[in-house]
Amino acid sequence: MSHDDAHRLHDVPASVSRRNFIKGVIAGGAGVSTAAYLFRSGTLVSGQARTGAVERLITLTVNGQTRRVDVAPQETLANTLRYKLGLTGTKLGCDRAECGACTVLVDDVPRYSCSVLTHSVRTKKVQTIEGLADPDGTLHPVQAGVVLEQGFQCAFCMSGFIMATVGYLKKHPSPTREELAHGVSGNLCRCQDYDKILTALHRGSELARGVTRG
Amino acid sequence: MAIVHDVMPPFQLFQPSSADEALDLLDARPDTWVLAGGMDSFDWLKDRTKRTSAVVDLSGIDALRGIREVDGGLEIGAMTTLVDVAEHAAVNARFKMLAEAAGLVASPQIRNQGTIGGNVSQDARCWYYRRGWSCYRAGGSTCYADTPTAVNREHAILGADRCVAVSPSDTAPALVALDAQMVLRRRGSERVVDAADFFLGPDIDITRLTVREPGELLTAIRVPATFAGARHYFEKVRDRQVWDFPLVNVAAAFKESGGTIQEARVVVGAVAAKPLRLRTVEAQLAGKPATEDTAKAAGELAIAGAQALRFNAYKIPLMRNLVRRAVRGGPLAATT
Repeated sequence: MSHDDAHRLHDVPASVSRRNFIKGVIAGGAGVSTAAYLFRSGTLVSGQARTGAVERLITLTVNGQTRRVDVAPQETLANTLRYKLGLTGTKLGCDRAECGACTVLVDDVPRYSCSVLTHSVRTKKVQTIEGLADPDGTLHPVQAGVVLEQGFQCAFCMSGFIMATVGYLKKHPSPTREELAHGVSGNLCRCQDYDKILTALHRGSELARGVTRG
Repeated sequence: MAIVHDVMPPFQLFQPSSADEALDLLDARPDTWVLAGGMDSFDWLKDRTKRTSAVVDLSGIDALRGIREVDGGLEIGAMTTLVDVAEHAAVNARFKMLAEAAGLVASPQIRNQGTIGGNVSQDARCWYYRRGWSCYRAGGSTCYADTPTAVNREHAILGADRCVAVSPSDTAPALVALDAQMVLRRRGSERVVDAADFFLGPDIDITRLTVREPGELLTAIRVPATFAGARHYFEKVRDRQVWDFPLVNVAAAFKESGGTIQEARVVVGAVAAKPLRLRTVEAQLAGKPATEDTAKAAGELAIAGAQALRFNAYKIPLMRNLVRRAVRGGPLAATT
């Protein structure tokens, strides 16, 4: 850490959350060095560039925004979102398409972003947990359901569960609790808090349909 | 496997928009890794168990996706996702077992991305092999899963030959049972292979599970009308009701008339390196009434010659019972 970075640490106002601080750092200088570590072999690839292979500088559509980003050919969407675009709400759990923590929507379909090549979604719309709430801060109904029912314990798996639910509801807007359980069966919770999670997500599906309770 | 939280080793990525472009590339560089949904590929590459310098990503080739009517049957593009197969109206109406098999693969997110071509082309799940041990299948001279101390609960009970890995696919047994055909293209030529001949046991080739050669692409799967509307049965037994590969699965079709079985197809997966078509069982079933006695006899015949390893003896009664249940019919037990 440079002297300037250390200085900045002491200047952090109390109101800045740890999460926002980390995101700020990722967007700034430290992000560059993180990415340089993760993608350290990238220069090797561009050195061997052949006709027909993909270009590294691409445009992505994420949460309705157009983002220009330098992406290695072998880079996964989860890595791009987290380490290049600072969208750390998408979590990396297993990195093997088993846990679901990295679930995002690609053209409204839930996908494991740890197992999607970023280059394969160039022409598609990506939505992450950061893109769910309205610009004025109004939560998405599924998020609201989670808040109302206090659905998660540690919540590491939460953004994945919420994205899987939002995607499922686009095709199945009125699921029973059992159907919704099937819909989010590609997501794991290590706290084993499934009952409460399902209650919260199902409440979210009701809120999305405008169902209110007394 | 130790989890490495790092990106995959570098490779060149090619994203053709037509099958011809992909075939040109494979012709020039036959060692290019073919990427369909990637659900099997990424594990190999992330774990560094297999490496490649170039990948051809088929996801941008629209012509390889979709389900078309062909001569009363269906032609399914190899890049059609499993969810699209599982939810397709004509597949459900005429080839119910295939819809069910596709719908029971892994998890929703994997079915949203995984393709039917990838599902039948995926590599073995033997965990010694996947961990990178230099076993027969990896080109070595030992099977680590078939030793007195090996952990081999998921391994083969039939057709083992040095290697005891099993076919991991759910759609493969259904396609074999439906007399499907696999369309394999290379630059300038095409061959059509019966699904039953598409899959290989270790006695034929110990290092691969299908006949697809380097430079070839599986472009489509044709399901003929032969068993459209017959009585179909598919059942998958696994440890968890989501994500897991089959411990044993069974796909069967019966043409019946007045309670008598005229023609049967019975195929069992995850018991051998390829989906096992039980021809002796099928022959025995022809002309028999679909009764409990017939079901029991079919189950006993199915497991003839089965040999257990140290930890997989349970698969023998499991296979027997699944064949019985297939003949018996009725609602499925292991659906999620």
